[in-house]
Amino acid sequence: MKQITILSGKGGTGKTTIAAAFATLAKRVVVADCDVDAPNLHILLHPEVLEARDFTGSKMAVIDGTKCIKCLACREKCPFDAITQDIRVDPFSCEGCGVCKIVCPVDAITLVDRVSGRIYISRTKYGFMVHALLNPGEANSGRLVTMVRQYAKSLAEREGIDLIINDGPPGIGCPVIASVAGVDAGLVVTEPTMSGIYDLERAIGLLRHFNIGAFVCVNMYDVNEENTNKILKFCEEKGLEVIGRIPFNPLVAEAMVNGKTIIERSPESDVAREISAMWSRILSRLSPR
Amino acid sequence: MIIAVASGKGGTGKTSVAVNLAISMKSVQLLDCDVEGPNAHIFLKPRIIRQEPVYRLVPSIKEERCDYCGKCAALCRYHAILVAPKKVLVFPELCRGCGACILACPQGAIVEGRNKIGTVKEGYSDDLRIVFGELEVGEPMASPLIREVKRRIDESRDAILDAPPGTGCPMIETVKGSDFCILVTEPTPFGLHDLKMAVKVLEEMKIPYGVVINKVGIGDKKVYEYCHEKGIPILLEIPYERRIAELYSRGIPFSLEISGWSAKFQDLFKNVKELMEG
Repeated sequence: MKQITILSGKGGTGKTTIAAAFATLAKRVVVADCDVDAPNLHILLHPEVLEARDFTGSKMAVIDGTKCIKCLACREKCPFDAITQDIRVDPFSCEGCGVCKIVCPVDAITLVDRVSGRIYISRTKYGFMVHALLNPGEANSGRLVTMVRQYAKSLAEREGIDLIINDGPPGIGCPVIASVAGVDAGLVVTEPTMSGIYDLERAIGLLRHFNIGAFVCVNMYDVNEENTNKILKFCEEKGLEVIGRIPFNPLVAEAMVNGKTIIERSPESDVAREISAMWSRILSRLSPR
Repeated sequence: MIIAVASGKGGTGKTSVAVNLAISMKSVQLLDCDVEGPNAHIFLKPRIIRQEPVYRLVPSIKEERCDYCGKCAALCRYHAILVAPKKVLVFPELCRGCGACILACPQGAIVEGRNKIGTVKEGYSDDLRIVFGELEVGEPMASPLIREVKRRIDESRDAILDAPPGTGCPMIETVKGSDFCILVTEPTPFGLHDLKMAVKVLEEMKIPYGVVINKVGIGDKKVYEYCHEKGIPILLEIPYERRIAELYSRGIPFSLEISGWSAKFQDLFKNVKELMEG
């Protein structure tokens, strides 16, 4: 089985547009939306939910007021400043580590499971999709991403599907690391802006750190061709393949407004053609004959 | 006063709004809390006057004292310690640095070690004070570094915080304690969807907020309908213009080049102040 993750460093470079287009083009595939705190893939792929499960990835401290002697040991020792002055647990700060429970002299603190999101196994027109939603204000997006990927993998195994496309979150932190761990390749989508270039370098650094092969796609490359050339030069120096160059086209936003992938909405557009060509190249690199 | 600039969806223009707002105002400071991809410094090119490494606590095992009882591993909520019959393994990438293992160890065999997670840099662009963090590549935990950036807020002046995208822990760590949050969105289905998620977070956190709509002209009108229905103030609209996009791509704040925008950002700041004073 092969897995590819689409990432970017910088947000808004077109990860989801490309992931959705790939899903339309792929013959048999499981797509996983790993951007659990701002998932957007469902807006284009309209999944029909087959199964939903709670995600109880973490714990939270609960203080029993009848036992508490207000010694404040918990407040003093909490590494995340999650105990308020009036000895309550701030759910936005509590990471469920249990230090308060250890230091409480009267056993007034318990750790309870915390439902921090939901995972969905769904069907789209093009195959299966696994996605999730982190409840507002919940931490632990990395573990939710790991679970999304586990579900995607077992679904693919069960259905005899040998390809998984992960739509990753922006950044380079814990949910991104969870999205790229153990994949066969990362496709870094960048844009020809100074910010895009800076964040591209960090995303490539991340893939190298974990020994994952990288491809680069320059989206909206014609917005600033001078910067596009800088990206091409950077990739050449680093021995990276620029596997796609997508022009700017307002049809992308227009397709999104209509809840369609660019391949469905404007199959003859330059963007759709370039994404199709890029997809064929990626497939041939993943499974060389 | 602390104003955070956040968004939900990435690439809507948080940094653009934060940077243009900061340079349009006199005597504010800008703290870039997007430590995974800090971009504000690209536009402001600050003279760096100070940089400090940031560490987080990770357990360090003194094996000569360890009797492999396994209490540390049993207590660790993050599965960051594995106790084998004659060996203890620590996985720093899973550790949150809570120190529960140190408290749990009956032998005193665990002490505080440290792992570098990034760097905080402080500098000036003309009179504008800028602080930003750079997360080490490969380090998963952004929040401790964000806390270090925020610890450097100079309380004698107003602060603008540039938040990371999303609604997860790094975004929450950033907006926590802010007096107001500017949510930057774009008029597309993705922008609207993620705006709604960000609104939910802010309502739970009881932080007042308003919306800046960027790239006006693309997409549809649904963001406007949503804001009107919910009574969310639209603080500023920025059109989708080739000139703005082009300046952005070169790392130049557009309010410096296109006349009238500096005044609009000053009005934005005034609007926010008025909203807060009710």
